Amino acid sequence: MKLHEYQAKGIFRKWGVPTPEGAVAFSGIEAMQIAKGLKTNRYVVKAQIHAGGRGKAGGVKLVDTPEEVKAAAEELIGKRLVTHQTGPEGKEVHKVLVEAASSIKQELYVGVLIDRDLNRPVIIASAEGGMEIEEVAKTSPEKIFKEWIDPLVGFRSFQGMKLGFKLGFNAGLSRKLSAFLAKLVKLFEGVDASLCEINPLILTDEENLLALDAKLTLDDNGLARHPDLAELRDITEENPLEVEASKYNLNYIKLDGNIGCMVNGAGLAMATMDMIKFSGAEPANFLDVGGGANAEMVENAFRILMSDKNVKAVLINIFGGILRCDTLATGVVQAAKKVHVDRPIIIRLEGTNVEEGRRILNESGMDFQVADGMKDASEKIVSIVRSFS
Amino acid sequence: MAILVDENTRVCVQGITGSEGSFHTRQSLEYGTKVVAGVTPGKGGQSLDGVPVFDTVEMAVKETGANATVIYVPPRFAPDAVMEAADAGIKVIVCITEWIPVIDMVKVYAYVKARDAVLIGPNCPGIITPRAKCRMGVMPYRIHQPGSVGIISRSGTLTYEAVGQLGAQGLGQSTVIGIGGDPIIGTKFIDLMRLFRDDGQTEAVLLIGEIGGTAEEEAAAYIVEEKYPKPVIGFVAGLTAPPGRRMGHAGAIISGGQGGAKEKIAAMKKAGIHVVETPADIGETVAQALKSR
Repeated sequence: MKLHEYQAKGIFRKWGVPTPEGAVAFSGIEAMQIAKGLKTNRYVVKAQIHAGGRGKAGGVKLVDTPEEVKAAAEELIGKRLVTHQTGPEGKEVHKVLVEAASSIKQELYVGVLIDRDLNRPVIIASAEGGMEIEEVAKTSPEKIFKEWIDPLVGFRSFQGMKLGFKLGFNAGLSRKLSAFLAKLVKLFEGVDASLCEINPLILTDEENLLALDAKLTLDDNGLARHPDLAELRDITEENPLEVEASKYNLNYIKLDGNIGCMVNGAGLAMATMDMIKFSGAEPANFLDVGGGANAEMVENAFRILMSDKNVKAVLINIFGGILRCDTLATGVVQAAKKVHVDRPIIIRLEGTNVEEGRRILNESGMDFQVADGMKDASEKIVSIVRSFS
Repeated sequence: MAILVDENTRVCVQGITGSEGSFHTRQSLEYGTKVVAGVTPGKGGQSLDGVPVFDTVEMAVKETGANATVIYVPPRFAPDAVMEAADAGIKVIVCITEWIPVIDMVKVYAYVKARDAVLIGPNCPGIITPRAKCRMGVMPYRIHQPGSVGIISRSGTLTYEAVGQLGAQGLGQSTVIGIGGDPIIGTKFIDLMRLFRDDGQTEAVLLIGEIGGTAEEEAAAYIVEEKYPKPVIGFVAGLTAPPGRRMGHAGAIISGGQGGAKEKIAAMKKAGIHVVETPADIGETVAQALKSR
């Protein structure tokens, strides 16, 4: 689950990781009031959206008075910000973070994430703060330093010292960095993060370390034990159909194509999307109804698929294991009776109770195209795509 | 021969009295798997269809000689269940459970490795050796047939699809392993490819990968390095997956420019792997690879 910068910084403060003073505002007036409470004469107003690259897109304003903070906030709120991560349609700004500006002596990069190859968290640090770390990794990998965290021992301070000296710090600053990282790693593990990135981490004129930016992504698998963090989910940042699907525990991701698909299992769902593409069309979504889906979930899934106006045809691809084909068929028939079905539906069933599933479909009196295997399903899509042109 | 599990495998089921555990234990018994013990703390002394239930894995091992275990317990208890099995000396541990926090898996992985046990999963369909009728997991056993193709897959239903397509070509399987869809899993492609290399019954290996991580690239590099002696067929799901989104599996995400399907497919082709172009052609590609040997 993605968090906003202001939410991440709130968590940082709770765990003792220093950040600039500031708070979130939903209007210009509110932003001005926050600014008046800050002990500074230079302010930063930052658009809060779930995407990086805000600075370059004009989503970060540096101003001198609380009145200018108000004007900057009013300009940003309601605006659609287009960054390299939002796609061309951009993301609407609903709130801004108002902060005291900081004096910057040096910008650095620090991140903690899970190294999937070595099966443990890794700290990544670089003196190239403020730049895209992926870009640094590509162009000058020698400027990126890593320390892996031993799963059974945890982070040790010598590791922070090593990183500090590599970044060109003296002993005193390296010690500061080590203490900073110790807190960051504790936070990472304590909140079940999957990614924690500070870019830039700054060294102030007073030689203090401060998280000027904060990006925190939580491991969805850990949310069950952090109900307070689960509440930080911002559904205004998500696609409405995805929000609707998540209410029914459906794993749905909206895409731009016109062939909708409903599949059981994530791997088969991705393979089905790929097959739609090979058949000359584009998938309209990813939808995994899961192994233990019941007829009601299938019904809701079908309704959500059909409510996507881009969808010209639907492919249902089920390899019954735990999810039985008769359950699936019952759900689809129930849904089709309620939703006006004005587009072709291709259904491919295989596996547990497949005969019963096919019988339910055949006896429903509805106009389903039943496919025999992936190849046949693919051919049926090809002929539907042809009928469009 | 087969890998990891065969006719000498004596299966323990952790979480045997739960709904999933009991359902799949009955399926495995029906198939012919030697399920010798179950474990549910507090239910020791009970039994399920003649399988004795114990309070701890240690007791189950001592009383029944169980030498492999399959875990169907909720995510909160699963990390402990895996470690308990490793502590009891079990060397083949299969964890079906989905939704285990990654940070817990970091510790579980280190614990299991230190005890020299093989962990399959978590978040996987399990392992099946059709000739020995040994099924530890949730796969529909009826579609499997004994044969010469070894399968290693990060997916569940896509593996069933592959097994189904192999069946249509008259091809059976030596052992099928679903290694799981999480970012941290106990066993990856390479570990198992090594076992398949030395298995007399396996004539070809099918790898079913997906976006996220670099396990497919590592497998490709391994094949070149080892001059892998058996034909390898590969499929990677997720060519159409958008970056930055978790595609169902926690591990199926393209992040930081890494983990895309195109790169994986390119690495596989370069290593001489027979790459399956569309998911409808898995069976045919394996059949052709076997013929062209």
